[in-house]
Amino acid sequence: MIVFILLFCAFPFLVGVKSYWITVFIFAGIYSLITIGLSLLMGYAGQISLGHAAFFGMGAYTSGLLTTLLNWNPWLALLAALLLTSSAALLIGIPTLRLSGHYLAMATLALGEILVIFFKAEVELTGGPSGFGLIPRLSIFGFVLKRDIEFYFFVWSIVALALVMAMNVIHSRVGRALRSIHGGELAANAMGINTSSYKVQVFVLSAALASLSGSLYAHYVTFVSPTACELKLSVFLVVMVAIGGMHHLWGAIVGTILLTVLPEFLHVFQDFDILAYGLILMIIMIFAPNGLVGALAALIQRLRRRFLAVDSQRRGVI
Amino acid sequence: MGISIWSQILQYLVTGVSIGSIYGMVAIGFNIIYNATGIINFAQGEFVMLGGMIMVTLTAAFGAPVIVAFFLTVAIVALIGGLFERLAIYPLKNAGVLSLIIVTIGGSIVLKGVAMFVWGKESYALPHFSSEEPIPILGASILPQTLWILGAMLLTVVLLTLFFRFTLIGRAMRACSSNRTAAYLVGIDARQMVCLSFILSAAIGAVAGIIITPIALVDYNRGFLLALKGFSAAVLGGLGNSAGAVIAGFLIGILESLGAGLVSSGYKDAIALIVLLVILFVRPSGILGDKEALKHRSF
Repeated sequence: MIVFILLFCAFPFLVGVKSYWITVFIFAGIYSLITIGLSLLMGYAGQISLGHAAFFGMGAYTSGLLTTLLNWNPWLALLAALLLTSSAALLIGIPTLRLSGHYLAMATLALGEILVIFFKAEVELTGGPSGFGLIPRLSIFGFVLKRDIEFYFFVWSIVALALVMAMNVIHSRVGRALRSIHGGELAANAMGINTSSYKVQVFVLSAALASLSGSLYAHYVTFVSPTACELKLSVFLVVMVAIGGMHHLWGAIVGTILLTVLPEFLHVFQDFDILAYGLILMIIMIFAPNGLVGALAALIQRLRRRFLAVDSQRRGVI
Repeated sequence: MGISIWSQILQYLVTGVSIGSIYGMVAIGFNIIYNATGIINFAQGEFVMLGGMIMVTLTAAFGAPVIVAFFLTVAIVALIGGLFERLAIYPLKNAGVLSLIIVTIGGSIVLKGVAMFVWGKESYALPHFSSEEPIPILGASILPQTLWILGAMLLTVVLLTLFFRFTLIGRAMRACSSNRTAAYLVGIDARQMVCLSFILSAAIGAVAGIIITPIALVDYNRGFLLALKGFSAAVLGGLGNSAGAVIAGFLIGILESLGAGLVSSGYKDAIALIVLLVILFVRPSGILGDKEALKHRSF
């Protein structure tokens, strides 16, 4: 954790405060907020959502519209977006998570499509397919976050907070209950654990994080359009979590940074980058179903065990 | 005036029934794989898209006669379905449902990417199977292609029913879906049945893609929305229930066409999806009941 913090503080000074990479890493931070929640949902609640771009879009549009049309305070707008998104998630989550199977994936997918259609059709409100701009920047105690480097530190502090919160969730009653679902949902139910209620809680939490991420995006880019929250992003987020390893929160961060940086090198493929992502996703799921961080953890454990075995063998001989 | 509004509604019904047939067929494709594996195959729409694309290539570029091209296309897409299972689903062996679903998402992206690579981003059309002269009925007009669509859909349903009821393989597949372990004990190779379910699903998807292309263009990106609407039909009909899928397909097609014509065409594509959300909320077992949801209800 400390290494993580030091690394992120040192990074801007390694690449230069005004470097383009700062922008890339701001986006990585913004998306990390979503993938942390998504990793809780996928790795711990065993559910998949293909609509987190929708919650991101809800956050971005609510923040954007309230601050530009009604001149709300950005923080107030952010809270309103959180509330709206969480209620939407609750409405979707309650019926779908009560069913076993994967209705949630399709329901969230449908929600995302409906939202994009809505954003595109309501031209007078949302600017239609071309979106709208002039969203004010965020300020903290009167200090406006104007420069990239300021926003960089701001976003990654929030990511760190979200990470700490997610770790607390995993080690709380909810986290234990969720792990028991993996051990056997029926047994957990028999022990009196209302597994579906915990699943709904995690889903709403992950949607709220996506909304927060959307609000930050709106205030950083100061412009929002439907392309920012299309299905492609939802799939992308799932790929990020799966590649990093969905059973590790760090996996979400690693996957997100990797997939935000990778496109900078994949420009040569132009539109075919999507093909590369599909292939990467399939290969990871087939050969390293626990993701990169999962594979790494398994490797370290194996090496350690081998080392210990050698060690005890030697001791046994003596 | 009164007559014209009725003939207009009749026209919407006709359009709805033909597009609904396609949704129903996509839903059946979902059901076959769902029954065999318990997973929702996100690449289902891609099979439909591939069906349309390959048919266009075979008839336009190679000049194959429609009937030959039809069977060749179905065979090719079925082969792709089988390969997809062998390359992506089979190696996962004991993976959880979640991993399987993620793999099908990856597969759908790959198939879409390959289609974009091969055919580019343009839309393609196919000539109608027979004349393009509309047949007037009660003030509305029906394109002969609509009849082809209906006929192909009904034939598919009949053949599938016969297959699942009277052939050994069909009955083995049903046995696997109702109890995998028991089927294994009587000597049915469940893994073969999973592969077969992908082949069958892909073939049905291909048929749907071929028959819809003459009245709706096809491009590399078309599969996704069709899959989502087909899934809406599958849930409305009760996931795993193919008779329900057909009825639900018609219902969604008609609702969509009426909604687009009478309410707002901007929200045309949202209608099926709103139906999906409402049905999940109100009656997740669908109109004709679904095993999974019913099981849950008894708690």
